[in-house]
Amino acid sequence: MTQAPTSQSESKAAQSMTSQPTSFEITTQMKLEWLRQMQLIREFENRTMQAYQQAKIGGFCHIYTGQEACAVGTIAAVNDDDPVVTAYRDHGHALARGMTPDACMAEMFGKIHGCAKGKGGSMHMFDKPNWLFGGHGIVGAQTPLGAGLAFAEKYKLEVMGEGKKKVSLAYLGDGAIDQGAFHEALNYSAVHDIPCIFIIENNGYSMGTAIHRHTANADNLISRGQSYGINSVEIDGLDICDLYNEFKPFVEQCRENSRPGFVDLKTYRYQGHSMSDPQKYRTKDEVEEYKEKDSIARLLGQLMDSGDMTEDSWKAMQKEIKEQVRAAMKFAEESPAPESSELFTDVYANPEKNLSPTAVYTHGLNNPLL
Amino acid sequence: MTTLPTIEPVTSDIHPAIEHNLEMPAMLPNDQLPPFEGDRIIQYREALREAMSEEMRRDKRVFLLGEEVAQYNGAYKISQGMLDEFGPKRIIDTPISENGFAGMAIAAAMSGLRPIVEFMSWSFSFVAADPILNNAPKMLYMSGGQFGCPIVFRGNDGAGGQLASTHSWCVEALYANVPGLKMAIPSNPYDAKGLLKTAIRDPDPVFFMESERMLGDKAHVPEEEYYIPFGQARLAREGDAVTLVSFGRPVNFCLQAAETLAAEGIEVDVLDMRTIRPLDIESIIERVKITNKVLVVDQSWPFASIASEVITQICERCFDWLDAPPARLNTEDVPTPYAKGLEYEYLPNPERIVGAVKELLGVNA
Repeated sequence: MTQAPTSQSESKAAQSMTSQPTSFEITTQMKLEWLRQMQLIREFENRTMQAYQQAKIGGFCHIYTGQEACAVGTIAAVNDDDPVVTAYRDHGHALARGMTPDACMAEMFGKIHGCAKGKGGSMHMFDKPNWLFGGHGIVGAQTPLGAGLAFAEKYKLEVMGEGKKKVSLAYLGDGAIDQGAFHEALNYSAVHDIPCIFIIENNGYSMGTAIHRHTANADNLISRGQSYGINSVEIDGLDICDLYNEFKPFVEQCRENSRPGFVDLKTYRYQGHSMSDPQKYRTKDEVEEYKEKDSIARLLGQLMDSGDMTEDSWKAMQKEIKEQVRAAMKFAEESPAPESSELFTDVYANPEKNLSPTAVYTHGLNNPLL
Repeated sequence: MTTLPTIEPVTSDIHPAIEHNLEMPAMLPNDQLPPFEGDRIIQYREALREAMSEEMRRDKRVFLLGEEVAQYNGAYKISQGMLDEFGPKRIIDTPISENGFAGMAIAAAMSGLRPIVEFMSWSFSFVAADPILNNAPKMLYMSGGQFGCPIVFRGNDGAGGQLASTHSWCVEALYANVPGLKMAIPSNPYDAKGLLKTAIRDPDPVFFMESERMLGDKAHVPEEEYYIPFGQARLAREGDAVTLVSFGRPVNFCLQAAETLAAEGIEVDVLDMRTIRPLDIESIIERVKITNKVLVVDQSWPFASIASEVITQICERCFDWLDAPPARLNTEDVPTPYAKGLEYEYLPNPERIVGAVKELLGVNA
């Protein structure tokens, strides 16, 4: 595994697929599926923004548009039962992990059929059947959780003789690397051989503060991981095939050696930090420049060039996705709001009496995903 | 119309987010628990160790992690010998990195394990405030009932003996404010074992407060297994003049004060609450209806303290039964001093309790 930055050129990506034999071959089928997933996220986020502007979605809402290749490409490289945890820009991860657009959108609408029964909202997407452990709102707080997920699977295997060798993925933004929790998680994972892969979705901004203004040694983030003796790589997060080619063997290495990993995944977000961000900290030209390198357009171009996709088949895919997201909007609209009684449920797993001077806790409705 | 899937109500006693929950053990009333008195005299720290070891033998999902718990045999020798019995995969030394290892353990609990996290002192839990307050007690709610967090955080709470301001925190008032957690605070070795075993079996996050000053206390601890239900106070001494309500180390101050008062012909109740959340308000009411006077003795600061909460509930539930305004005795409302004499004066010590009882009774000191 090289630790050198990956070239972003398409020719090299194409070359590495054709001329360099690898045991992790990317099939046309995989590429088509990635395209579908990335387009689904983009369409979903377009509708999310509309619904937010219509005040159907409240609170803080962070849009993933531009970063689609990160979630789709990395999740494609792990097993369905490898645990995943992420921050608050989490819609893309939820969808890539397999959550239905229905459950994701209904959650943002604050409805009972949402993945958290309307108790979590945009920042707290949880999907137990798909091994997604949230959606977490506090910057960096999910990094120790990521380490704990990998620790738990290792413990189950080694102490209880259950399960199998797993890795966990802990996603964070470049802003989170300034948090103490992040460094503690890296240190712990390195000392205890915990196979957690810390993926920095480096979009260049910690909210509105550009990376050179918020973190030291910003051009060399992998030194963060390396200083803990963690295998660390920089990967282009805008080209999903490059990303997969680099990341897939990296994952298997972490899994096999039971060691943590660190990835500086270079990406860009097209929208503001959240829906309420006027984006005065960057120029429109900069955004346009990145849109030129758009990950969906790039993969689509490759598929068109190779003849695996035509204008017609692309239109058909887009139409199908539009339908799917439209149905999710309808589902979210029609799902009822949680009953008042749900206010007092899911607080305690064993709701004894006298836990509160005012509240009486009970169990309510089952989670719709379970 | 979209066909919306039907969602059924939860029917189990324990929330279905807690998979593979071992059946909760029988929770017995005080008179059916093994005798409180006896001749198997061990230390408070040994009682804690016995509770953890018994539960770890029962259930491989239970493990202990914290600073110096393994090779050093515990900073306070609570986990002495446990590394030898259970090995380094289950008795785990951590870096001095509370935020990191608390968060890690929370994810392990979400994944179906049953971690016991030892904080050398609850004073050090503040650097882990985000995971223990923002994650553990809220995970079940925030995930809409998908992920529970069956975890025990335990460690020394309160003044340890001239440790001064930063190492003498009583965190119960701060943390008990948060819904989603439970809080136990044993005052003696018998309760230390019985409450910790319940804490480990409970499917919710439990904040378990010990005291450096009690770890060497010796008393009878039954060899057999027993579980003290949460929310079940113990009447440690029965009187008729005043009901003293307390929890944790100050229960012992109350018992000492009761001896002094008894020599002067004043007999007081001492009610050991054992757990703060849940709070056995019924037992308090029952005794207040007999003595009609109540003093809450609390080792946290007075403003928005556990005493404030207990007295509020007393006023809400049995105001008409009171013959005097309900009283509280907290630590003095200042940072913890270092000097031995000042630290003693700062605490709700037996002399201060005697004074407070006499004031409540209108008896000259």
